Amino acid sequence: MTTVSWSGEPGTSRGPGPFLSVRDLSVEFSTEDGIVHAVDGLSFDLEKGTTLGIVGESGSGKSVTNLAILGLHDPAHTKISGEIWLEDQELISAGSGTMEKLRGNRIAMIFQDPLTALSPFHTIGRQIGEVYRKHKGASKKEARERAIEMLRRVGIPQPETRVDHYPHEFSGGMRQRAMIAMALVCDPDLLIADEPTTALDVTVQAQILDLLKELQQQFGTAIILITHDLGVVAGTADNVLVMYAGRAAERGTVREVLREPRHPYTWGLLSSMPRLNSPVDVPLKPVRGTPPSLLNPPPGCPFHPRCDYAELAGPELCFTQRPSISPETGHGDACYLTLEQKRDLRTATTEDRA
Amino acid sequence: MTGFLVRRVAGALVILLIISAVTFYLFYAIPRDPARAFCGKICQPETLALIRHNLGMDEPLFVQYWHWLTGIVAGRDFVQFGECPAPCLGYSFATQEPVFGAIVDRFPVTLSLTVGASVVILAFGIVTGMIAAWKVGQPLDKIASASSVIGASLQIYFVGPLLAFYLVDTLQLIPRPSYVPITESPVEWFTHLMLPWVVLSIIFTANYTRMTRSQMVEQLAEDYVRTARAKGMSNRTVFFRFAWRGAMIPIVTIFGVDLAVLLGGAIITEQTFSLHGIGELAVRAVQNTDLPMLLGVTIVGATAIVVLNIVVDVLYAFIDPRVRLS
Repeated sequence: MTTVSWSGEPGTSRGPGPFLSVRDLSVEFSTEDGIVHAVDGLSFDLEKGTTLGIVGESGSGKSVTNLAILGLHDPAHTKISGEIWLEDQELISAGSGTMEKLRGNRIAMIFQDPLTALSPFHTIGRQIGEVYRKHKGASKKEARERAIEMLRRVGIPQPETRVDHYPHEFSGGMRQRAMIAMALVCDPDLLIADEPTTALDVTVQAQILDLLKELQQQFGTAIILITHDLGVVAGTADNVLVMYAGRAAERGTVREVLREPRHPYTWGLLSSMPRLNSPVDVPLKPVRGTPPSLLNPPPGCPFHPRCDYAELAGPELCFTQRPSISPETGHGDACYLTLEQKRDLRTATTEDRA
Repeated sequence: MTGFLVRRVAGALVILLIISAVTFYLFYAIPRDPARAFCGKICQPETLALIRHNLGMDEPLFVQYWHWLTGIVAGRDFVQFGECPAPCLGYSFATQEPVFGAIVDRFPVTLSLTVGASVVILAFGIVTGMIAAWKVGQPLDKIASASSVIGASLQIYFVGPLLAFYLVDTLQLIPRPSYVPITESPVEWFTHLMLPWVVLSIIFTANYTRMTRSQMVEQLAEDYVRTARAKGMSNRTVFFRFAWRGAMIPIVTIFGVDLAVLLGGAIITEQTFSLHGIGELAVRAVQNTDLPMLLGVTIVGATAIVVLNIVVDVLYAFIDPRVRLS
């Protein structure tokens, strides 16, 4: 993570900063039961050519955050505040016309399940080509050529014939490749991949991740990789953001977060992951309890009902006050425990497991 | 495609055979003797036997059915009426006119009624449904939804005379419903059938509005629609090119089924507006215990439904590439 150094009023241009900067983002949905605080005061940065892995449980606000970057929330039921800067363009205040021009062009997204995310009624070639036509003003023929080229680039054999096939004629891995081809057709600067490998089997997963990495090296694309698979993060991401209940719990480089995790929630995530070298008779230790309701988030630290160490930070502190991420830059976490306490607790738990 | 059509047509023929056989059998299961009706009030037993013989009713049921079937293909020779060329559906017991000729005469009326009403249903139902889906949750959506509930609860025999009274008699806005052949005057054909079309289509239109709206709303929440938005497609493209395509599939399916109901509705509409169509023939055939006419009308109606359903299935494959006609 680089230093955030910018100033200026919201909505105006600003000096050089990170390529993508999300500042104090909040997303609220109004539902029949009340207001859901899906994302609450989230900030993070992303540089060109790097990958940010966002991890967290279902409902922690990973996807909501990224749909907000794309401006895909239904404005009638959603309240979004904060700022999202893509270089010198603010996205939350941008009009729908501006966003339409950015989507698929500078910002592209890969969805989780390529079977439902591709239109069953149109050929793969048309679905890829129409993005190119829309944003680059290409003719039908050019768009088709481009689609074939993209299919070849993502490793689909016989792209000249495959281009006229429908999604149901593709296998799962092929569909995800086609999806990636569709996302990359306009050479986007920012690629958001929302659990791109969850619906695929393990061998195909590795291929898809390699493909993304390769394309990133070629084109310097910034990637946000949403996943709940820490293995995927370890292998692909440069930086990690751990989300809990719509807030950042911990952030840092992959090495920092996976080697020296500081937040008790990150410990929980890591200890609930099976390892090849750990003894088979020691059961996995999942995070106890269930994710909090975002309709009525718990007061204080949203993680305190599931945290084993809430008492250690001081009387009532975790129960009443909401920790924010500190330090401001570098490896930071949102927890009131001191660094020493965390180090000691972690050493103890690691010894437990070994 | 060819294989599909061959199989579907063969299947349709089997269905039509079964329908005609069942109708034939049921006709004789009812305790009424058409020969006695022919014979008149003072009826000699010899005359009755002669009539029976002439009508072919002294033969076993399956022989009679066989004669009826072969008549369609090869024609028949009736003693008292003379030669009946193929396709021969026999002569009406009640009016002695050839059944096939009577149906051919009346068919344009019912066809005009059904096709016209279908156009009204699809055009209005789908358009209002799309508007409601476009403006979902807004006043226009609520108006469309509310009026579709009202429309769906209106009945032909209630709305028909009511509208005829106001629009034709009181305000004299449109001519009294009647049938003018389209070959004679397309304009007259149109204006004289306008009211029957509207009346026949009201219930259906309301249903199609609701169905289109809910299908569109459902499709707009689909993942592939979100993908289209994420690609930068405009709202209009998303609505008309993506969601619309998905919403069409159930609508076409239901329409295939509704065609049969529509034909039934056409019978009531014909009665309401005194149009001389197939429906009128059917009603009269039942009243007169007129087997040849009844069978003829039944078979023609069934054929229309079966053929239209094949057309709908072919259409279905054009809309959804996942469906294959093999």
